[in-house]
Amino acid sequence: MEEFFQQLLNGLAVGGIYALVALGYTMVYGVLKLINFAHGDLFTIGAYLGMTLLVSSGMAGSLSPLLVLLVVFIMVALLVALVGCLLERAAYRPLRKANRLSAVVSALGASIFFQNAVMLIYGARLYVYPEDWRPDFTVDILGFTVPGVRLLVIMASLLLMFALHSFIQRTRTGAAIRAVAIDQSAARLMGINVDRIISLVFLIGPGLGGAAGMMVGIYYGQIDFTMGWSYGLKAFTAAILGGIGNIPGAMLGGLLLGVIEALSSAYISMAWKDAIAFLVLILILIIRPTGLLGERVADKL
Amino acid sequence: MAFLELQNVCVRYGNVEALHGISMRVEEGEIVTILGANGAGKSTTLLSISGLVKPSSGGIFFEGKPLHTIHSFDIVKRGITQSPEGRRVFGTMTVLENLQLGAFTLHDKQRSNTTLEWIFSLFPRLLERRDQLAGTLSGGEQQMLAIGRALMGEPRVLLLDEPSLGLAPLLVRSIFETVREINQRGVTVVLVEQNARAALKLATRGYVLEVGNVVMEDSAASLLANPQVREAYLGS
Ligand SMILES: Nc1ncnc2c1ncn2[C@@H]1O[C@H](COP(=O)(O)OP(=O)(O)O)[C@@H](O)[C@H]1O
Ligand SMILES: [Mg+2]
Repeated sequence: MEEFFQQLLNGLAVGGIYALVALGYTMVYGVLKLINFAHGDLFTIGAYLGMTLLVSSGMAGSLSPLLVLLVVFIMVALLVALVGCLLERAAYRPLRKANRLSAVVSALGASIFFQNAVMLIYGARLYVYPEDWRPDFTVDILGFTVPGVRLLVIMASLLLMFALHSFIQRTRTGAAIRAVAIDQSAARLMGINVDRIISLVFLIGPGLGGAAGMMVGIYYGQIDFTMGWSYGLKAFTAAILGGIGNIPGAMLGGLLLGVIEALSSAYISMAWKDAIAFLVLILILIIRPTGLLGERVADKL
Repeated sequence: MAFLELQNVCVRYGNVEALHGISMRVEEGEIVTILGANGAGKSTTLLSISGLVKPSSGGIFFEGKPLHTIHSFDIVKRGITQSPEGRRVFGTMTVLENLQLGAFTLHDKQRSNTTLEWIFSLFPRLLERRDQLAGTLSGGEQQMLAIGRALMGEPRVLLLDEPSLGLAPLLVRSIFETVREINQRGVTVVLVEQNARAALKLATRGYVLEVGNVVMEDSAASLLANPQVREAYLGS
């Protein structure tokens, strides 16, 4: 029971991280019908920026560690959001009217660029996240001792997802994002500035992805410059699992993938956890080719 | 210069020119109809007014100021909205959300609510289906929604692209009645139609497009009486 409970929470923490990254893939796909292959690298940048900022915030020693963590977390999200927005301007916008393949090549190029930039700046070695800022408290839940960092990661990702969901569903700008994803020309006829909406999506997606990168650093305590590749792939899988382009789908897909992975590594085999996760993905896609919450065909008519 | 004016507008799609220098004028308060066979360039004309396609040469002017040099969202702000061909409602959003998006450029909530009430009085079906997803509406209801959505932008010029397409005759009549009502509220209307007879009965003036050229321009009554028009577009 204890093992199950701990693994469930672990799965939710990892799944929350997947979900945050998956949101970036799915939102960009929604408005541009493009897979932003550089998204995983923005996630990596978030992890490294978080580390650098935490290390250099040493002088803020008198402040509470959680407060410093929160401030750095927000700064990372904002900075990576900015990088994402610049990426769209530089790599995608000039190719908006070109054929699809050009944009894909540009995305792959941007990915290589970012990955090499991180490697050149930080080197190829593995980094340990600054210990001083790592939350080391524990919480008792139902008689089990749960690491506080695990709860923090779960709470942060759920909070961000809830905020995004409310923004998309309840605000005028959120409605405009949905409209652009459904029908760009019709959205233009509503007087929506589509370029501005696309920029906004390239702020939100990378912002969440960068935040997720820092969460990995805090959760596992170590990062390396290839992490964007493995997490990117998992998150991309989660986005497909939920139905690419679908925001609640990405959240559900991410959480589900995290939980399946954690439980299967605990109960079946650690070495086979990725294979099992992908097997589940394939099964779900055979049963529901559009993903769990993907558009039903009727909606497209 | 007229209220809304197209001067020698050419539009190209890649290497193909769809409009070969057309000129039109629309006076304030008019209903002007554009007739023509499939592929004549009617939709392209409306899209060029809305700024979704840009003229390769020529100009489009509204109240004397150019439209062809500004963005589509600024054209909506200037008071020109469109109900596009094929309705193009946002299928996975509710009827109300669709209507609210029509008022995207406006920021007077109270006035938008008044407009909304007016639209619900024009199309009571939309009120009944307010919280339903637009994709689940019938074709006729989607057309009402597309027109209502365009009206939410409080247009001074309403562009309608084939509002009767695929609708039952009774519904067509009711849509055309509503267009008249909208016009009587002071909205200038440009109406693209395949249903030439009904359109000419409603309109003050009309243009006939053939493969990207204006081949006729006259009062609606004269066009209705014109033997060539009768043969080509009225089937008699
Ligand atoms: N997006 C497009 N790309 C290429 N050609 C187009 C496009 N839209 C319309 N056309 C062409 O332009 C011409 C005029 O089309 P359109 O304005 O839709 O005519 P209508 O509305 O009168 O049926 C047609 O020959 C059509 O094939
Ligand atoms: Mg047409």
